Amino acid sequence: MKDGVKFLEEGALEGLLRRLSERARVWVPVEATPGVVLWRPWREGEKVRLDRQGTEPPKHVLFPRSETLLRIYEKEELKIEEVMPQGPSVIFGARPCDVRGFEVFDQVFGEEDPYYSVRRRETTILTVLCTEPERTCFCTTVGGGPLEEKGSDVTLLWIEGGWLAQAVTERGEEVLRDEAFVEASREQIEKGEQRKEAVKLDPVVDLSGIPEKFLESFTSDFWRRVTAKCISCGACTFLCPTCYCFNITDERTPEGAERLRSWDACMFYHYTLEASGHNPRPTKAERYRNRIGHKFSYHPSNYGTYGCTGCGRCIKYCPVGMDVREILRELKEYAEG
Amino acid sequence: MIDRLREAVREKLQELDLVIGYGEGYDPLHATPVFIQKPEEVDRLIWNPLCVHNLATYLYELRGKRVGVVVKGCDSRSVLQLLNEGLIKREEIYIFGIPCDGVIDLRKVAQKVDIYRVKEVSWQKDAFTAKTDRGEVSLGLEEVLQDKCRGCPYPTPVIHDFLAKDPVKPKGEGEGLLEQVSELEELSPQERLAYWRKELERCIRCYACRNACPLCVCQDFCAAEARDPHWIPLRDRVKEKWMWQMLHVLHLAGRCTGCGECERACPMGIPLLRIRAKVNKELKELFDYEAGVKEGVRPPLLTYQVSEPKIEERQW
Repeated sequence: MKDGVKFLEEGALEGLLRRLSERARVWVPVEATPGVVLWRPWREGEKVRLDRQGTEPPKHVLFPRSETLLRIYEKEELKIEEVMPQGPSVIFGARPCDVRGFEVFDQVFGEEDPYYSVRRRETTILTVLCTEPERTCFCTTVGGGPLEEKGSDVTLLWIEGGWLAQAVTERGEEVLRDEAFVEASREQIEKGEQRKEAVKLDPVVDLSGIPEKFLESFTSDFWRRVTAKCISCGACTFLCPTCYCFNITDERTPEGAERLRSWDACMFYHYTLEASGHNPRPTKAERYRNRIGHKFSYHPSNYGTYGCTGCGRCIKYCPVGMDVREILRELKEYAEG
Repeated sequence: MIDRLREAVREKLQELDLVIGYGEGYDPLHATPVFIQKPEEVDRLIWNPLCVHNLATYLYELRGKRVGVVVKGCDSRSVLQLLNEGLIKREEIYIFGIPCDGVIDLRKVAQKVDIYRVKEVSWQKDAFTAKTDRGEVSLGLEEVLQDKCRGCPYPTPVIHDFLAKDPVKPKGEGEGLLEQVSELEELSPQERLAYWRKELERCIRCYACRNACPLCVCQDFCAAEARDPHWIPLRDRVKEKWMWQMLHVLHLAGRCTGCGECERACPMGIPLLRIRAKVNKELKELFDYEAGVKEGVRPPLLTYQVSEPKIEERQW
């Protein structure tokens, strides 16, 4: 571990969040209802759940479920007003897999998307490293890791009584200047090292050749077979840290109208319904195939990394237990057999 | 019991295109629907209190095929309701019924043990033990059953071609769900409004509730997602989420059998079954009607009588 390792005592967390909230909107994971951990702007007295992966990733902080792009007023004269994101944000308690999701967004939205890039530039990310991966976790299969610090500004590692904190970026160093962070002792640093060494998460499937194998399977009945139990809802896509598809609609307001950008999902029929009435992905088999193809073939071909961070939420929250790991294994067998 | 079921499925499979049953899921706490087409796949079938899914959900999509389906008592009501509404054909389906002692609510289990770290599960008579790296937790089945199972009036399938074991006697009159409803009925309208605002605010409109619902047959053509006309704005506000959920409930009034798949499927933990249980209770009081319990009955909102015995006409 490098020099300058700090320690954040559990009891100092609230004060830190309060001070951060004075300068930015601070998003923290809270248990909104038993068993469901969601991101909420921090409020005084809010109990922050940093001990488990959130039900949802913090993707909506950078890519809201629905955002107003522009407003149209038509009362007296026609006026169009651009609406841009306002103010800095802090994501406190992301997981490495959540943060990798933003890397995928960067590749796609980049600087060209003004709404995304403004938010991205003004967001500070403090990440809790994972010392106890869950059974649905497979980040190491897709090139990530439970202790990955890339993409974060600060990493936090739980040891007894608090977290070891380390800055990854200059912005992170700034955060660590807060009084809540004190110098970590030699014992604490050693304990951190031991915890890190104990983390084990083996890859569950060898993905080499998958982008090509997927293309070979494209027109086969493989997809009909493996999607038999899929009910084609959007739980997997909406809870995915890398799914970024959206729809643009004009909606009425009392003053006129507004143009919205809202999440959409390739699992939905309307997503590819064309104006002619033709739908190139008429059933769940084509739609699910697209989801896998996008993450494990098209995205790697276009950007060189998988469009999946291995967070496992699509497995955990699927109402019928679809398991992407199993499908990748079967795809490999199918293509090889 | 599972041997009897497997044997029956193996035998019937020759006449059927496929049989939908339950198999092992991705971890010891999850079962998953399996689609059996070949005799050698029959041994994948399992039965235990983790077999929560209502497999009748797949029947409408598979119409035109000869489908065998494994159902619990509650699931069988969905099959009967689909038949009563003429949405599936009796001759196209074969019903493997399982008299059921109740299934598990994993959300309740999650309050006692970290369900995504469970490595092993072993079953005892009225309990089970879940093993994690940190130790073992034993849970009585009674404390983690789904609410719909408490006082279940129809534990034995109401319609079936085969029963895997002896019928199970009714456990009550649906007390589990009725208690949920009366809890809410005791609240003032303002409190109830606040309750539902708080719950529905979490909705992400992923439509898992709709797609898991065996009676939601519109699916791809659902009004909620229609883009032309665009009925519900895509704004991320409670108002729109509320609108969607009420649309769902009202389109199911008199059709919902209370299987609770909507609530189980919801990744946001919204107590969706409560709304349906309330509507179902009203329907029972008003029309003396329950969906999916009697053959050949028409849902009251799909028909019309000049005078309803329990609705007082206004005196004009």
